[in-house]
Amino acid sequence: MLKNQAAPYPTSSQPQRRRQISDRTLSQLFIWPTLILLIAINIVPLFYSLFLSFTNFSAIANKPAEFVGFANFTRIFNDEDIWGYFALTGRYALISVGLQTVIGFGLALLLRKKFRGSGILTTLILIPMMLSPVVVGLFWKLMFNPSYGIFNYLIGLTNPATAPDWLANSQTALWAVIIVDVWMWSPFVMLLCLSGLSAIPDYLYEAAAIDRASPWFQFWRITLPQVAPLLLIAVLFRTIEAFKAFDLVMGLTGGGPGDATQMISVEIYSQAFLGQFRTGRASALAYVVLVIIIAVSNVYIRTLNKVREG
Amino acid sequence: MAAQSPAAPRLPVNFSTRVDEVSSRARLARFIRVVVVIAVAIIMLIPVTWMTLTAFKSRPDAVAVPPKIFFQPTLEGFVSLLTDRRQLTTEQIAEEQKRTDLTWIDQLALSRGQVITGPSDYPQRLLNSIIVAGVSTVFSVGLGLLSAYSFSRFSIAGAGDLLFFILSTRMLPPVVVTIPLFLMYRALGIYDTHFGLILLYTVFNLSFSVWLLKGFIDEIPREYEEAALVDGYTRLQAFRKIVLPQSLTGIAATTVFCLIFAWNEYAFALMLSADRARTAPPSIPSVLGTGGIESAAIAAGSLGFLIPVVIVTFALRKYLLRGVTFGAIRQ
Repeated sequence: MLKNQAAPYPTSSQPQRRRQISDRTLSQLFIWPTLILLIAINIVPLFYSLFLSFTNFSAIANKPAEFVGFANFTRIFNDEDIWGYFALTGRYALISVGLQTVIGFGLALLLRKKFRGSGILTTLILIPMMLSPVVVGLFWKLMFNPSYGIFNYLIGLTNPATAPDWLANSQTALWAVIIVDVWMWSPFVMLLCLSGLSAIPDYLYEAAAIDRASPWFQFWRITLPQVAPLLLIAVLFRTIEAFKAFDLVMGLTGGGPGDATQMISVEIYSQAFLGQFRTGRASALAYVVLVIIIAVSNVYIRTLNKVREG
Repeated sequence: MAAQSPAAPRLPVNFSTRVDEVSSRARLARFIRVVVVIAVAIIMLIPVTWMTLTAFKSRPDAVAVPPKIFFQPTLEGFVSLLTDRRQLTTEQIAEEQKRTDLTWIDQLALSRGQVITGPSDYPQRLLNSIIVAGVSTVFSVGLGLLSAYSFSRFSIAGAGDLLFFILSTRMLPPVVVTIPLFLMYRALGIYDTHFGLILLYTVFNLSFSVWLLKGFIDEIPREYEEAALVDGYTRLQAFRKIVLPQSLTGIAATTVFCLIFAWNEYAFALMLSADRARTAPPSIPSVLGTGGIESAAIAAGSLGFLIPVVIVTFALRKYLLRGVTFGAIRQ
């Protein structure tokens, strides 16, 4: 197929010249299908969504979109509930990513020196992050069940009558989501830290040992600075993902009880696809989230590029 | 080492020669480390194990208080997941029990006082998942491979910015893109079709596959192709006969990652499909709704859905790091 497309270009009798032209054409032919798809499915919708965010359009009303200026945005910024959902998402991201960083880094330190079976143990620990978040949410929901779920028994609360119902209580529901998220994604931080740790040259530690530096000093002055770039990537990536949290929450709580776990993505979803289908307002909210995510993503991709090159 | 006489044969040193690593304190520390790691691995696996157990429990066992670890395994959960059933009255049950042409599946349902009325939606949803994940992966990897090759080998104006743009699309929250896509899909008539989901999943994985494959192709020495070009190969021939075989491992790893991502995807499927094209992840929650809480059925659905991923995780273990960092970090 590609050959056919390349055919219309003039073919010269000079082989050297022909190859130069076809290299260039080829690279264009190879790249453009990807770019066109990305533009059609990501960029066009983004502009469409920008337009929608200034209208009061509803996907189920048989009315054309009506321009309302900044009404959607002022409404969002004056809506205390939405501020609450942002705060909730932020708190969730902070606690969850914080715990993942500590646990993941700790695990990486433990697994750093290889021992018999450490390879297989590492893989076993990595399994959770490969699973489907919504399905993970579902089976954790079974585990959190106050009467027949196993979670309370595991943490030592063996009396079903007094044990907490994690998902039904608005105080604990967020913690339940955090527990599952930490279970699922600490391995991710561990994986990146392991790679950072294994890249630290031994001579640094040998030199430190000769200077009789304490293990504590070695950790702060050698280990941590050397792992920092990869740790930063892990933290940034997890922060972006935590801000986008949707699948896991939907599987586990669906935003409830009440709005105790109504993360911002869940809120956009319910505005856009449930109840009144407030497409315009949901788009405006989506844009606010988008700006935040783009800011963090920028830092993330730049760090990634730096690590990749250096 | 210096004390060794020159005549003595040099033994291979396969043990640590550092005093601080063979002392009893160091050994104790290592023992503690191993124990802690094993404990963590067990904790990480409890949920998956628990779900596997629940999938094989009967209804009373699944909701037993306290939870049962030992029980009589049964396939009830799988039967409830895959079939639609109707509750029978006592007389009907007695009548059904006289029949001799019942398969073991019918008997299993009958033992709960139910008769199977047909397959449930779930097999179709699973099939949709396979179709959507499979086809979209072929396209993502195919297109990604071409782009990755170009970015790796040709000097493209603004390559850095283009790559940046490609990766940034992956960072978008699905819910942001889906609202306009939902309207566009509806207008184009591809809402709730395989085509629509395949298109979306292809693009969703494309950025990932470009980055990952570029990493793999970057590692193939350019000299191979240059030699082939000098020998009179065309670019396309060199690509097909030199680069493709060399990057097979990379292609395989990318394919499996794309399959997993498409297989696990939930948000797009939830918002852009309703019934015909709906994949499995958004439909496992809906099993909850049919006839009370069927823990075993949910567990069975989850199990069937997760097992393939667990298996390929082992196959992929060497490439996990590359996979989760878009090929940027390799070991």
